[in-house]
Amino acid sequence: MTKSLHLERLESESIHIFREVAAEFERPVLMYSIGKDSSVLLHLVMKAFYPAKPPFPLLHIDTTWKFREMIAFRDQCVKDLGIELIVHTNQDGLDQGINPFDSGSQLHTDVMKTQALKQALDLNRFDCAIGGARRDEEKSRAKERVMSFRDSHHAWDPKNQRPELWNLYNCRVRPGESVRAFPLSNWTEFDIWHYIRAEGIPVPSLYMAAMRPVVERDGQLIMVDDDRIPLGVGEEPKMEMVRFRTLGCYPLTAAVRSSATTLDAVIDETSVTETSERQGRMIDHDQSGSMEKKKREGYF
Amino acid sequence: MSTPEQALLRFLTCGSVDDGKSTLIGRLLYDSKLLFADQLETLNKDSQKFGTVPDGMDFALLVDGLEAEREQGITIDVAYRYFATPQRSFIVADTPGHEQYTRNMATGASTADLAVILVDARHGVVTQTRRHTFIAHLLGIQSIIVAVNKMDLVDYDQSVFDDIVADYYETIADLGFNHIAAIPISALYGENVTTQFDQMSWYDGLSVIESLETAPVSSSSSKTGFRLPVQIVSRPDQDFRGYAGTLCGAPMTVGDSAIVSPAGTQTSIKSITTPEGEVETADAGTAVTVTLADNIDASRGDIICHGDQGMLVTDQVQAHLIWMSDEPMIPGRQYLLKLATRSATAWVSELKHTVNVNTMEHVASKTLELNDIGVCNLSFDRRMACDAYGDCHDTGAFILIDRFTYATVGAGMIDFSLRRARNLTLQTLTMDKVARARSMGQKPAVIWFTGLSGSGKSTVANAVESKLFDKGHRTYLLDGDNVRHGLNRDLGFTDADRVENIRRFGEVAKLFADAGLIVLVSVISPFRGERDMVRDLLDDDEFIEVFVDASLETCEKRDPKGLYARARKGEIQNFTGIDSPYEAPLNAELVLDTDALSPDDAAEQVIALIEKRILED
Repeated sequence: MTKSLHLERLESESIHIFREVAAEFERPVLMYSIGKDSSVLLHLVMKAFYPAKPPFPLLHIDTTWKFREMIAFRDQCVKDLGIELIVHTNQDGLDQGINPFDSGSQLHTDVMKTQALKQALDLNRFDCAIGGARRDEEKSRAKERVMSFRDSHHAWDPKNQRPELWNLYNCRVRPGESVRAFPLSNWTEFDIWHYIRAEGIPVPSLYMAAMRPVVERDGQLIMVDDDRIPLGVGEEPKMEMVRFRTLGCYPLTAAVRSSATTLDAVIDETSVTETSERQGRMIDHDQSGSMEKKKREGYF
Repeated sequence: MSTPEQALLRFLTCGSVDDGKSTLIGRLLYDSKLLFADQLETLNKDSQKFGTVPDGMDFALLVDGLEAEREQGITIDVAYRYFATPQRSFIVADTPGHEQYTRNMATGASTADLAVILVDARHGVVTQTRRHTFIAHLLGIQSIIVAVNKMDLVDYDQSVFDDIVADYYETIADLGFNHIAAIPISALYGENVTTQFDQMSWYDGLSVIESLETAPVSSSSSKTGFRLPVQIVSRPDQDFRGYAGTLCGAPMTVGDSAIVSPAGTQTSIKSITTPEGEVETADAGTAVTVTLADNIDASRGDIICHGDQGMLVTDQVQAHLIWMSDEPMIPGRQYLLKLATRSATAWVSELKHTVNVNTMEHVASKTLELNDIGVCNLSFDRRMACDAYGDCHDTGAFILIDRFTYATVGAGMIDFSLRRARNLTLQTLTMDKVARARSMGQKPAVIWFTGLSGSGKSTVANAVESKLFDKGHRTYLLDGDNVRHGLNRDLGFTDADRVENIRRFGEVAKLFADAGLIVLVSVISPFRGERDMVRDLLDDDEFIEVFVDASLETCEKRDPKGLYARARKGEIQNFTGIDSPYEAPLNAELVLDTDALSPDDAAEQVIALIEKRILED
């Protein structure tokens, strides 16, 4: 399938950003979260430096609660592409027994994702973390720069962002400061799926509908991916035809009922759906400004 | 919803505060069915909490993403939104109307093909309308849609619309836009945004969405041959040397003659690899990796351009500069510059004038303040390859970065190269500095004593000079007060004058160092930027910064000239430490704590440092 001119422009723009990062930062790292956006990032980064290999490693923050298939998919991808992967887990959090059920989604996300990310960045002295966030995902993301400056505490100051003109990215940081770079800033969910189809990019099969064991809680369908999920009295996992629009920690990522078993069907479904993809992310819904709050504290 | 198989239009919305920009975008998203049910639900909730529309949905809340904005009801930063119609995909930048956020509008305009300028029908063309139109023009936008909003509040009166349009056309008469449309709308009710209503039957033109769908894309406006600013050099093995970057200006074809600028090396294009693989021809805007026919050395920052359509190669240009920092631009002060993929040092050698955006008049000015737009001569510390912005945006645009905070402080567009750059060559002298210094048995240096008034700079510098003299060294002492009474007596104590004062100190110190002398400079020199400017003037290791560090209390207690007392009484303005800042050195070669050290001990430390340098040689 051929690409539209529109996708070719987005592709070139993203490659330009990857190359600027490689040229200007001392220790960049590519955040790899295994989802569809990460798959596109990975595909683009291979193109950006072809015929050479990308000059920086991948970093995966493993909360230990990802879908099992995601981890298998991750390890296969890294093996196929022959690039370095760093996996980091917040050991302190594990030792304290933090988990999404007993600790709640907010604390779990803060300790196992946000704090874990800061640990990994500090530990490796990374001065630029490349992520797959898109501006169409959420309102506060819509205002974030492509090269988004973070102070030495990894904090984002939305009111004091560097002006970003043309494709002239200011990549300068002082020791301890860093930048989060977002090569997919101008892509939409729709663009991502069309690009995946046009380029034949592999994604975890969790995005396609299949019969999966789920329980329904507060109107959200949670997949029973392993036996760590505590079942209530009389609560029985049911087999349902479901798929996922985003992938994260399995207890915090709701499935949607769907019959889209193929990529084409997923794209058709995305075109007519009535809810946004982040709707399945519990942590976004605490209150309307909650993504901005988390981002100021260092969340990706 | 459409498929993405369409041309993309980037546009921005701008206008004065409360003209309804965010409402217009919210309406476009709503009417093109791009709002999801959960987003609508949040919007409904928020409309009741913060909304300004009785019983209705406040579309602005959808776009005003940041919490502070939602509470204050204003847009404070540029937000990007994405939508599509069956005809076209759009990226829209929603930019702020408040004057203090003009820099964000320039940001949105820098990548836009078209500007939608909102005008409130009740207020007509106002200062911000003119300012934003001018910025759009300055950044090379060729197409404008003037949307006269809130027609519902003026009873859909055609004469109101006609008067505003006539007024606006007068404003932009000299700006030469290629494509202008004027549309009466009510963003709140969607009239003439996506659908037409009976209330304005007197208007028979296109709706906003129809206008957007048919507007030309300006990316083809480049007037140069191809340019490839080199981002990275790809060397996976000994046999491959590829130059990777984003092609701009014009298409590139295998076999095209090419020049590597600024060096001027001639070669030709051997191969082109795009994301699609190896190709014969690549279009502007494509990320490519090329190989060259000859084994020549190009690196990041170089620009590979078409052999018959060369670039300007110059170290001085005239440029328009938009200032984006609270800290004013001061001529002579050095900034980091990024132009295409080249980083360099640049400074404004002459600020010709600022532009009054209301009247387009030229205004004489000594500095550029936040949101000022100036025309200036800009000097680079090296010869740079570039184009006029009007010929090629990608190789004619630059940003300026503060050397210490690394904030982006300015954005500029090159007008043309100054001929002076080619004519001015340095007089080559037969006797050089090394020879002169050797004849004196020493290594030239500039010992720069910086610190508050009363910190003991002059006392220590004098002690150092007499000790050096005793040891047989040739020295010269430049003292703040002495030089100010002669060479610099035309200068006062404003920030701009302080910068010029230090520049002259630096140039004089450089001449003395060139004569082979050890130069001692004792001057408050409160700004890091200027001290580092002097450091850059001199050869490596020649500049020795000595921070004479005494607390403000100590200095005030000493107050040898009674200046602190007068400053405290308000008799002296801009006094360093009192109402003017002192920026302590971050990496001084030597710090002398004169609260604790005697002048003689302090001088000994300086001598030790100087002798160590001579021995090292």
